[in-house]
This record gives sequence, structure tokens and C-alpha cells, in this order.
Amino acid sequence: MPGPTTALPITIRGLTKKFGSLHALDSVDLDVKSGEFLTLLGPSGSGKTTLLMAIAGFNRPDSGSILFGEKEMILAPPHLREVGMVFQNYALFPHMSVAENVAFPLKLRKIAKAECEQRVEEALNTVQLSELGNRRIDQLSGGQRQRVALARAFVFQPRILLMDEPLSALDKKLREQMQIELKHLHRKLGVTTVYVTHDQREALTMSDRIAVINHGRLQQVDTPEVIYNQPANSFVADFIGESTMLPLKTEENNQLYFDHILVDSVPDQKSSQDWMLVVRPERLFPLSQESIDSDQHLIFKGKVIESVYQGETAFAQVSISEDHQLTVRFGTDASARKFLLEPGDSMELGLNRKDIILIPR
Amino acid sequence: MLLHEKELRRQTFLEQWNLLSLSLPSILVIILIIIVPVGWLFYLSFTGKGGDFSLANYEKMITYKSYARVFMTTFQVSFLTTLVCILMGYPLAYFMAQLSDRMAAVCMLTVLLPFWTSLLVRTYAWLVLLQKKGILNDFAIEIGLWETPIKLVHNLTGTLIGMAHIMLPFLVLPLYGAMKRIEKDMTHAAANLGATPIQVFWKVFFPLSLPGLVAGSLIVFVLCLGFYVTPAVLGGGRVVMVATQITAILENQFNWGAASSLGVVLLASTLLILVLAARFLKLDQVLFGRH
Repeated sequence: MPGPTTALPITIRGLTKKFGSLHALDSVDLDVKSGEFLTLLGPSGSGKTTLLMAIAGFNRPDSGSILFGEKEMILAPPHLREVGMVFQNYALFPHMSVAENVAFPLKLRKIAKAECEQRVEEALNTVQLSELGNRRIDQLSGGQRQRVALARAFVFQPRILLMDEPLSALDKKLREQMQIELKHLHRKLGVTTVYVTHDQREALTMSDRIAVINHGRLQQVDTPEVIYNQPANSFVADFIGESTMLPLKTEENNQLYFDHILVDSVPDQKSSQDWMLVVRPERLFPLSQESIDSDQHLIFKGKVIESVYQGETAFAQVSISEDHQLTVRFGTDASARKFLLEPGDSMELGLNRKDIILIPR
Repeated sequence: MLLHEKELRRQTFLEQWNLLSLSLPSILVIILIIIVPVGWLFYLSFTGKGGDFSLANYEKMITYKSYARVFMTTFQVSFLTTLVCILMGYPLAYFMAQLSDRMAAVCMLTVLLPFWTSLLVRTYAWLVLLQKKGILNDFAIEIGLWETPIKLVHNLTGTLIGMAHIMLPFLVLPLYGAMKRIEKDMTHAAANLGATPIQVFWKVFFPLSLPGLVAGSLIVFVLCLGFYVTPAVLGGGRVVMVATQITAILENQFNWGAASSLGVVLLASTLLILVLAARFLKLDQVLFGRH
């Protein structure tokens, strides 16, 4: 075990990178705290990989600043940055054995042979590959390659670890298992980690904080819970989790209505913008005969368009007005099975007022 | 009998037969113009003057030193040409591998251009350029690089220049392919782990490009062994390679047996090189660029 090293914070200011007229990064400011696991989350082409590559030094931004601790790194060549990196396709050297791959960064640092061997062994132990040191790379499975790449990235005790969609090539089961293992490893190493993914579920599972990025701009940087429960804008609300957005009308007295249903009062009375209600399918619930307190709940009435059984949960699409439909997700236990209705049946949906999410239109 | 078993097996058989029949013409051509003549020459080389079995042709090759010299020259010229091609071709392929696909295509076009001109034309073009009163000597004297014309042709230098020019594409093509297959992430990973640009090259890029380099060198070397026109023209009779010697024997002595025996030895040594390469270099990996 290479022992917890002192982690370094990363401070990024005004980072801009253009490809032609396209802003891959548009004046990005980001603080990665010392020792935290921060995920850059965004769709393909959002700039998340460009940002990671800029931190690693593989591309040259047009302007901006990247500090590791107090030290300006934007001009430093990649081999002097001392950051570990796990690549999407692992980038293991096919002409070296597993152990030689892991020893590569140590040999470059002229570490004595005995210590080198010991650290390679420890690193391979940490990723549970101690038996496979002599294997060739092409004799390994995808999951094993992943682990070798990981061992090679932290064996030289970098104070920053970067990962570029490291799990995307693995199948679903292995991926979910590796997510937990990576989280574990991060806690053990205590190293500042920047992780890139387009998989919102992976981001929610692993991160201390998530930085949602789109069109080269940071949309929101916060903990998974805040990102999910208080999305800053429609992009974040739409990209993370499932959601339906209902446009609201602002009436007199600063009250917000959807189709004669009083939703809430305007949260920010100074601005004159329009608002939208974000409804998460799992926060909605189908109503039975018994009445519920309409002071504490919003109630939507509609007709079922489609209901789908998916094993652990089921969902129904319900048309609540001419232009709008909601999706409701519910359990499949014996008491909930009655909500699996035929298309055309009436359905009532409740939403706790505490679960109301408002975002500017 | 299982359901439709016979018919399904028949379909498989027909498919294979169709495939074979497609390649039949080329197989026939190969038998007719390569296997049969080579077999005939092989037979001739073991036949004495009286038409009986004799090893006289091969004994001559051992007793006369001139034959050994011809083979030495052949291997020497082939080796040096390969070396020149590597020294020129590796940087060129590396440069092309860094370019955008479009620019690389333009570059490749200029490398391949010699392929589309006749071998004879290219060889005589070099003669015009390199001879004592040629363009190169005139120009160099004009700008004061050297004072008296330098002998650049009708010797080993000229032969090497001409052969390297013709052989360069054979080295560059497989090498460029191998370099293109090296993922950018490989060199990124090496740099990320602390390797300086020079270390990245020698520890990662070069070893990964080696299969392409070996494949290209092997092709160049083997092709050089049988070269005739260029050494004959640019060597000016001073660079006698096996193919040149074969022609000379046929023209001067009309001795088919002696000429054939030279051809047989050349063919055998070429095959030997390929077999050795296959054994030590894992030829399938080399030729198909697998790592």
C-alpha cells in the first residue's frame, strides 16, 4: 500500500480553449479540493475530456491558469506534472508485461530495484492482481487491464489522479463493481481525483462533488444530492435523472400556476423571468381511493397513455393536459400492482410540496 | 439422419468449392509461369554437358572465387540499400504519421510517385543527374561545394542511390501503417508517467513501430537480392550482383546450367532468410503488424 500521500488541490481560472470557432472550454473556473473525488459530467462534446487533457497537459489551452496547490502548471510539459492518469482504453504498453507496465513510472524516476519491485508488488496487491505480474497485456481481460492501468497510475504516488471514462469499456455488472472499488481505493489513497464520465448514474454513485459541464461551460458544481434535488437549470435537471418539465404561469401576488393548480410562490421575486416545475418520476406517486391532504400535495389528474412493467419498478405515462404528460414510477409490490392500468384509464398523481423543484425557464 | 443434415452439409461443400474455383485461374497461372520454369531451371542446374546428372555447376561456384565475390556484393549492396532506406524512411514515416490524414495522403502520393514511372526511366534519370558532367556535379561546382567532378555513378555510390530511391516506398508503406496503429494515448500515457519526449520515443514509440520496420526492411532486403537493372546501369559493370552475373553467363557462354545454378542458390538463400525471419521475428506479427 503506497500510503496516503499529501493530496493537492487544483485551481482552474479562466481556462479557454477554442477549436476553430468552437469553444471547447469557455472561461472555466473550477476548484477541486484537496483529496476530493470530483466528477466532470457532461454529454459527448461538452468539453469534459478537453478539460481533463488540459489538466494532464496533453493539449494547449488558449488562455487561463491551472494551479496544483500554489504552483502554476499551465506551461509545464506533461512529464513534469506528476499526475497519474487512467485512460479510456487503458493505454497499457503491449510490449511490456503487467509488472513492467507498473514499474515503468518508477524506473523513469530511477528508484532502486528492490524498492521498485516492492512497490510494484504492493500496487498489484492493492488492485488484486498480485498473481498476474508476469502476464502479457493481451492475456488479460478487460477488467484486469483496467486494474493494471489503475495500479500504473498510482504506483508513483502522484498527488493528483485523473481518470477519463475508465469504466466505459466494461460490461454493466463489472462496471458497477469497479465503481465501488474505485471509490474504496480513492478513500484509501486520499488522492485528489478528477473523474470524467458521461454516465450520470456513475457520477452520482462515486463522486464527492459533480461538475456538470455543457458547451464548454460549467453548469453546476455541487454534491450529488444537491445536483439531483436542486438542479441549477434545465440542462442539469434534464441530464441528471429522469424528469418532466412543466411550464408555469406567474399570476398576481407572485403565485405560480400550472393549469389552475397552485404550485408555489415565485422563489426569486426580483427577477421577472418565467419558471418551470421539474417533476421526477419516482417522486410522483399514484393515488388510491383514500384522499390525501391537498395542502401538502400537488394533485394531477389524467389518463394513462402507456404502462410498462420493468421488474423492480414499473412506470406509467399519464396525459395531464392536451400538451403535457407526466411519467410516474412506482414499485411492483403486491399493494402497488393495481396501478398497472390499461391505456385510457383515469389516474391521479400526487407530488409532495417538499419535492417541488423550480428552475428558471 | 437428422433433419436436413445432408442438404445443409452439401451447401457448405458447395460454398467452399465455389471459393476454390474462383482462385483456380490464378493458381494455374502460377503453376504455368513460375513453378514449371523454375522446376526446369532447377533440373538444368543439376545437368552436365552431356545431359547426365552432375554437380559441376555447383562445384564451380565453390572453386572459383569470383562467384563468392558476386554473392558477397549482392548481400553487401542489399544490406546497405536497406540501411539507407531505414535511415531515410523512418523519419519520413514518422513525419507522415504526425500529419493530418489529408496531408499524409499528399505526402504518400509523392512517396509513391516513383512506382508509377518505369524502372528503366528512373534509373537512367539518375544517370543523367549523377554523371561526371551531370546536373548535380555542375551545380555543386557552380556554387563551390567541390571543385572537380565527383564520381557519383558507375560505382557502389550510384547503385545505392538508385536502389534506395526505388526501394524507399517498400519500407515506408508498412512502417507508416505500423506507426498509424500506435494510439496517441500510448505516447500520452508514457509522458504522463514521467517520460521525457526522447524517452517516450525510445521506450514506447520505437518498440511499437518495430514490427513495421522489420517488415519493411525484410521486403527491401529480399527485393534487393534479385535486382538487375539498377546495378547494371548505375554500377557501370563494377557492381556485379547475382542477377547481373546470370545475364553475363547467358550472354557470353550461353550456359543455361551455370546460370540456373546461380538462380537456385539465390532463391534458396532468399527462402532461408525468410524462414529465419519467420522463426525469430514471428513473421505473422511482423507482416500483419500485430503486437
